[in-house]
Amino acid sequence: MTGLLDVRGVVVTFPAPGAGPRRRRVHALSGVDLSMRRGQTHGLVGESGSGKSTLARCVLGLQRPDEGSVVFDGTEIVGLRGKALREVRRRIQPVFQDPLGSLDPRWTVGRSVRESLDAFGVGSALDRERRVKELLDLVGLSPDHADRHPSQLSGGQRQRVGIAAALASGPDLIVADEPVSALDVSVQAQILNLVSRLRRDLGVAVLFVSHDLGVVEHVSQEVSVMYLGRIVETGSREELFAEPVHPYTRALLDAIPVPEPDARLVHVPLPGDIPSPIDPPRGCRFHPRCSLRVDACSRERPPLRPVTAAHHVACPVALQARSQAGTAPVEH
Amino acid sequence: MTTTMTVTSGVRRARSAVGALPRSARAGAAILVVLAAVAVLAPLIAPHDPNAIDSARILAAPDLGHPFGSDALGRDVFSRTVFAFRTSLSIVFAAVAVASLVALPLGTLAGYFGGWVDQIISRPLDMLLVLPALLLAISLIAIVGPGSLVAALAIALIYLPILARVQRASALVVSQSGFVEGGRARGWSPLAVIRRHVVPNALGPLLVQAAILAGFAVQIEAALSFLGLGTQPPTPSLGLMLSDGRDVLTQAPWVEIFPGLAIAVVVLAFNLLGDGLRRHLDPQGVVS
Amino acid sequence: MSERAGRNGGGAVLELHDLSVRIPVSGGRWVEAVGGVTLTVGSAEIVGLVGESGCGKSTLGGAIMGLLPGGSRVAGEVLLRGQDLRGLAEEDYRRIRGDDIALVSQDPSASLDPTFPVGAQVAEAIRNHRDVSRRAARERAVELLRVVGIPDPGARYADPPHRFSGGMKQRVVIAAALANDPAVLIADEPTTALDVTIQAQILHLLRDLTVRSGTGVLLITHDLGVVAQVCDRVAVMYAGQVVEQGTVREVFAHPSHPYTRALLESQPAAHHRSGDLPVIPGRVPDLSEPPAGCRFAARCPRAHDRCAAPPPEIRTAGGGRVSCWLHHDTAREAR
Repeated sequence: MTGLLDVRGVVVTFPAPGAGPRRRRVHALSGVDLSMRRGQTHGLVGESGSGKSTLARCVLGLQRPDEGSVVFDGTEIVGLRGKALREVRRRIQPVFQDPLGSLDPRWTVGRSVRESLDAFGVGSALDRERRVKELLDLVGLSPDHADRHPSQLSGGQRQRVGIAAALASGPDLIVADEPVSALDVSVQAQILNLVSRLRRDLGVAVLFVSHDLGVVEHVSQEVSVMYLGRIVETGSREELFAEPVHPYTRALLDAIPVPEPDARLVHVPLPGDIPSPIDPPRGCRFHPRCSLRVDACSRERPPLRPVTAAHHVACPVALQARSQAGTAPVEH
Repeated sequence: MTTTMTVTSGVRRARSAVGALPRSARAGAAILVVLAAVAVLAPLIAPHDPNAIDSARILAAPDLGHPFGSDALGRDVFSRTVFAFRTSLSIVFAAVAVASLVALPLGTLAGYFGGWVDQIISRPLDMLLVLPALLLAISLIAIVGPGSLVAALAIALIYLPILARVQRASALVVSQSGFVEGGRARGWSPLAVIRRHVVPNALGPLLVQAAILAGFAVQIEAALSFLGLGTQPPTPSLGLMLSDGRDVLTQAPWVEIFPGLAIAVVVLAFNLLGDGLRRHLDPQGVVS
Repeated sequence: MSERAGRNGGGAVLELHDLSVRIPVSGGRWVEAVGGVTLTVGSAEIVGLVGESGCGKSTLGGAIMGLLPGGSRVAGEVLLRGQDLRGLAEEDYRRIRGDDIALVSQDPSASLDPTFPVGAQVAEAIRNHRDVSRRAARERAVELLRVVGIPDPGARYADPPHRFSGGMKQRVVIAAALANDPAVLIADEPTTALDVTIQAQILHLLRDLTVRSGTGVLLITHDLGVVAQVCDRVAVMYAGQVVEQGTVREVFAHPSHPYTRALLESQPAAHHRSGDLPVIPGRVPDLSEPPAGCRFAARCPRAHDRCAAPPPEIRTAGGGRVSCWLHHDTAREAR
């Protein structure tokens, strides 16, 4: 279990939509660190504007960070071009949210699955055909599906095709951006099971991006929670869900609709709107909505500090309250 | 082996695509096939030499041997109309083909890359677009001199910015699809992704717009020739014939009516095809 | 008849009796999008209508609102405070829509005119149905914006929708929907486009306001978790039919129908163990030719020969109803 991915201090900004004398910028990522081990599923959770998808695109080499580094298996991939970039791409593959939009409507399923084999010239034409059949079988589709077009498949089947296409080049890391949020619950369960199996049987690491904490809890070993371009809490699934420390993580957990008889919404878990990433709050970005806020929160950016060896949080206030109260979680 | 498979499946898909076209598109295509056949086979179809002057038949009314009658020089209007199809359709086809072939890469690159690539490609085209079409054509002809080839180039120049814009818009939409990003992440270079994913998926609106514009091109060609800026006499073209017929409209209306009808039929056929293609390929209406 | 009267004793404001909707599709065929649904919503009660895509839940909402694709055929009864809405002339329906029945749909951006001030859109909702002065409508609209939690509503009255976040826009839509104190609110996936912390705010607001005004709510959603958070009763739809209904507590604690059970178990949020999630094999039947018997039978782990015949509707111990042969036996044994 050595490091596979090491993201350090990544900053990404975009020009804000619209024109003006002084084009403002969207602060999508403002100094993000993330580490992944081989064969591990890392869940990345956040709401809109959190920057989770931008981070995924940086890892895929589709978005170049303004600052910071992304090291994959010992190789810096920021600024990589040509052959070296292609080699890294062979080993990092994407699965997208919208299974229909991520498949070329004119291509057969077989051709889509084969796309990376063709790109990297793997084996002979016959080998590739055989490999496509194996991959379809692996994701639970029949070989006949190779000749169909995406419009002839159900949403779940399309996402299976998307996963087969990602697996074709034999990657070490799959970056899955909201892979189940367009699917019905019963279909979602099938795809989540498939993602879990990839890790178990093939040892593929997965960076699993989702807005849904419930889904992330189910598939991940490690979880990072993002808010407005920063990671506010990161840790092993067990610790983070059993003892969330950051007030945002706690509110997010409170807000998840759980289908249980006693899950009634008694109070609003988190008041206020998510601020715009064009003009994010100073200091801790969560402070305007936070119930634990002190003066320092609007001045200084809180660093990620260890709670335990496997659990870090960017909230000194919650951390201090926690140590004062022993190990009991803070009530807010 | 893979290539032949792709080709046959391509043919099969093309055939089924024609079958699935709306009736109007099929009617338009059928008329155009007939007209193209007339243009190609003009020497076989025309009963007389289109330029043969017959002083005995000046402004003669239509009869069995001369179904469209004769013009002020006694030339057979039917034969001239048949040959005029040849001239006008060639000019239109050349103009639209040149404009489309130039617009396709320019629009695709502008739409896919955006940013400064888009600026470099789109700004000069926008400047072409703001000039009035006929003024543009007349200026070009004033510089180069009149003729069929120049008329074709002038029309192409008018159409280039329109077609490039359409292609840019549809390439922009397709570029945002997951499969385009996926293609890059699967290891293909930007140009390969453009060739494999963007162009095939973005081509529909360009084809539609080209078909609709071809109809108008017949009119522009006629207008240029009518003004003496396009095809030069004695070569028959539909616009020139209209110009000739105008002088004798009251004495011999057939000299004017038949080339006029011919223009109407061509325009109608291209519009039927374009409209049908639009409904088939572009139901959301990227082409305005 | 305990569930016909709302839990808060206000009586039924909306009753559906054996409601079916058939929608024409290409080739002269018909799809039975809704097949024989019987359901009541009481005053101040929130009833969740839950199911997966294509189960007919939104078509059912459309049938109540009188907004269905052209050529659709509706059979059965839709009673609004006892008055049958079916066969109502379009003009009369228009008078009722936005007044006695209101709609909040998934995309707040599509519900608001992008070129008009949000406040004017709320005021317009009032003046469409009430003979009040512009000024009175404006004052009422500002008050409504305040009630739904728009900060500084007087100043924001004149802002166009694009100045508002998604959550704030949905608050405006709710203000317009509740402007005339409707008897019934159809909320079709009202929070699906929103972030989870904002969703909680909107659901809380929706429940708060409707309980206070006595409005009955039919909350259409794919999310069982949302149902658990705010609904009093729940109806589970599968392939155009309600397969089970009852109080949220009863249905979630003791799901009777195999489909309800499978749906609950396949939710990752409810499944705190690792390992595979239970899945439902197979696909939803083609509703242009629905199966004669139980529509879930082909996917049901407990299907039996009898399931080829339409399942009877059985009263459960907790007062709910379930359409399944399994409970036919239990009910008989109990007798």
